Amino acid sequence: MKLTKGLLAASAVLALTAGAAQAKTLVYCSEGSPEGFDPAPYTAGTTFDASSRPIYNRLVQFKKGSSETEPALAESYDVSEDGLEYTFHLRQGVKFHTTDEFTPTRDFNADDVLFSFERQWKEDHPWHAYSTGITWEYFNSMSMSDLLANIEKVDDYTVKFTLTRPEAPFIANLAMDFASIMSAEYAAQLEEAGSMDMLNQQPVGTGPFQFVAYQQDAVIRYASFDDYWGGVQPIDDLVFAITTDAAVRAQKLQAGECHVMPYPNPADLEMLQSDSNLTVMEQEGLNVGYLAYNTQMEPFDNAEVRKALNMAIDKQAIIDAVFEGNAAIAKNPIPPTMWSYNDAIEDDPYDPEAARQMLADAGVENLSMKVWAMPVSRPYNPDARRMAELIQADFAEVGVTVEIVSMEWAEYLEQSSNVDRDGAVLLGWTGDNGDPDNFLAVLLGCDAVGNANRAQWCNEDFEALIQEAKTITDQDERAALYEEAQVVFKEQAPWATIAHSKVFMPMSTDVTGYVMDPKGTHAFDGVDIAE
Amino acid sequence: MFRFLFHRLLLIVPTFIGITIIAFAFVRVLPGDPVLLIAGEHGVTPERYQRLMEQFGYNRPIWEQYWDYLVGIVQGDFGTSISTKRPVIRDFLTLFPATVELAFFATLFAVVIGIPAGVLAAVRRGSWFDQLTMGTALVGYSMPIFWLGLLLIIFFSGILGWTPVSGRIDLLYFFPAVTGFMTIDALLSGQNGAFTSAIRHLILPTVTLGTIPLAVIARQTRSAMLEVLGEDYVRTARAKGLPPGKVVGVHALRNALIPVVTTIGLQVGVMMAGAILTETIYSWPGIGKWMIDAISRRDYPVVQAGLLLIALVVMVVNLIVDVAYGFINPRIRHR
Repeated sequence: MKLTKGLLAASAVLALTAGAAQAKTLVYCSEGSPEGFDPAPYTAGTTFDASSRPIYNRLVQFKKGSSETEPALAESYDVSEDGLEYTFHLRQGVKFHTTDEFTPTRDFNADDVLFSFERQWKEDHPWHAYSTGITWEYFNSMSMSDLLANIEKVDDYTVKFTLTRPEAPFIANLAMDFASIMSAEYAAQLEEAGSMDMLNQQPVGTGPFQFVAYQQDAVIRYASFDDYWGGVQPIDDLVFAITTDAAVRAQKLQAGECHVMPYPNPADLEMLQSDSNLTVMEQEGLNVGYLAYNTQMEPFDNAEVRKALNMAIDKQAIIDAVFEGNAAIAKNPIPPTMWSYNDAIEDDPYDPEAARQMLADAGVENLSMKVWAMPVSRPYNPDARRMAELIQADFAEVGVTVEIVSMEWAEYLEQSSNVDRDGAVLLGWTGDNGDPDNFLAVLLGCDAVGNANRAQWCNEDFEALIQEAKTITDQDERAALYEEAQVVFKEQAPWATIAHSKVFMPMSTDVTGYVMDPKGTHAFDGVDIAE
Repeated sequence: MFRFLFHRLLLIVPTFIGITIIAFAFVRVLPGDPVLLIAGEHGVTPERYQRLMEQFGYNRPIWEQYWDYLVGIVQGDFGTSISTKRPVIRDFLTLFPATVELAFFATLFAVVIGIPAGVLAAVRRGSWFDQLTMGTALVGYSMPIFWLGLLLIIFFSGILGWTPVSGRIDLLYFFPAVTGFMTIDALLSGQNGAFTSAIRHLILPTVTLGTIPLAVIARQTRSAMLEVLGEDYVRTARAKGLPPGKVVGVHALRNALIPVVTTIGLQVGVMMAGAILTETIYSWPGIGKWMIDAISRRDYPVVQAGLLLIALVVMVVNLIVDVAYGFINPRIRHR
């Protein structure tokens, strides 16, 4: 009797599912809760997937599946000869979402652009501190406040940005999530109503999907935006079912409770790949995992010593053991999916014999050193402890004794940046804006010593190349400079480059049109479900 | 009775202050601070670090921060989350019903099965039923929640397809949260099948969270019953020729229940800990999952307020248990 009841209930649910099939709903089992729906104060990809990607647009955007940019809310832009003035010609007829609380009376225009940037930039702007404890992390970490000299509305559909110095990656910055365009009109309405917090909870944008509801830590609902300037979406509804545990996400996908899931457990991959109802897309991520020597400390101030140690590391063994084969050996500091990747460079061969000889030639004997292992799992390094142990064994082969140290994550990040830090640090990076500058200058530039430059490495030749590349707007010319910079990097070996991990996206075979993004964001515009 | 209650309520005050100190100190003893964690691999310049610390107020003397925190609590202000920028109390109130709902069903499950199983095991001491129940209880008690949860999902949702994998209700159903209790909201919504769906989603989390308390309650009931059954008055009752059902059900059980009720009260605290894991596995949007996120982000205001509020809940439950003694056992009332 009980079973019959259960079956009846199940068939009732099935009937409902069938009834709802006319409205096409895509369910995405997302990995966590968004911190809010205004992307600018946050840095987490999970937040961007739920806010900036479905709800908003930017002046320029990344081409689908690429780290290159293309015009979006700006139809085109001109750059002045000196590289200091960027004039954006805005797209006309772009509509903002209409919600229960807000009905736009005008289309997108220059005022929205000014509002979106000035609130982050100007400390006296009424929206600069609209919520308790709000900070503009990405705007600041991309040095936008030093970079911007002026933003000017030329007319309703023309905006001119003036910079304090030529900075080619500026365009890529504008494609980032923090540069999402908000409605100034909506903001004015909220300000008047005294409910400024709502900007972060009831978002209004110009994007392909409009926000419907968020049940905290459980479900986010969006509806396709009929007046989207980029065309109507093939699906009607988009639902994020927040599922923090990766094994449970996999179960949900297999049970048909969702269509797409991010970040599968490496251990579940085989099971997912063998399921005939699923396809597993894969791509090399825009990341790098590395071991950074302290190049200001003996004997690691000697490039020969660093190269010798690099040659002692069996990278393939690391890829097999730590990444379960789901990664590529890294030879450059930037990943192969990024433009300007120098494929002509040859990696240091794995050769313990030669390494031992080189160390002897450099006068290094009985070296003992520390290797720092991160306490957390990151895409570029799922198990730093294990990686450190493998390196420990490899270094022992060439007569170097390794002590593995680890500490709590925030502490690790702080201590590892110190210029007088003892030992080599395991860390990595996932690209923010797809620009090589975002790896090479942020992680290896002279300005970043004592901060994100964990190798504490400041090399004149390298610095000259990356600084010059910043001032040129022509991408081919820039690429040539970055390729050369990678040659300098390889000769000087401030890091042992270890791996670029692969990213997997398991999804139902019914899903069509999904494009993986090398930057690791998840967007569902243009995605359809076969019936 | 009132004096007893008043005395108990008075005791809550020092306990509460003690907990504020522990909650406040706990997050600060953890290494690492929120500003560094927000910056992540990007790092942060010393100037900006200083500014952010000032903005959050973490550069001031520790006693000043504690005082502000205490004053805030008295005024009902639990601070604002560093990560979501929302008032902590609002998040707590949004998420708390989900945890209460889950804990309620888990307790119900544990009590409804645990007490009869314990009684029966005691009455048939040494029988196969006794051995089976107590053996199962031991296994249930030793089972890691996380593992049990996944196992249940794989078996009942994956292989058999009887229950949904996770969540609180099927995504088809969409109605406003009136009470925050999904089962009640589903009934209120009037949508066909919503209540059934909510119940179906509750089954596995309830079993997962309820298993340990169930095992503890069954064992406690059994040993308390055995003790009482050996008492003189039970023998007297039997000798008087009362039917065995009445001896066990009325005379023995009522007295055996006192330690069992204590155990149930204590299990609420245990359940709060279990909820953290259970909620994480089943994507259950409650305060357990919320706390875990907050701890990993060093979201001081959330951890402080969360610990305090959870402690408050446990205290209130234990107070209720104390009062419940009075009804079960009149002797306690007069102390």
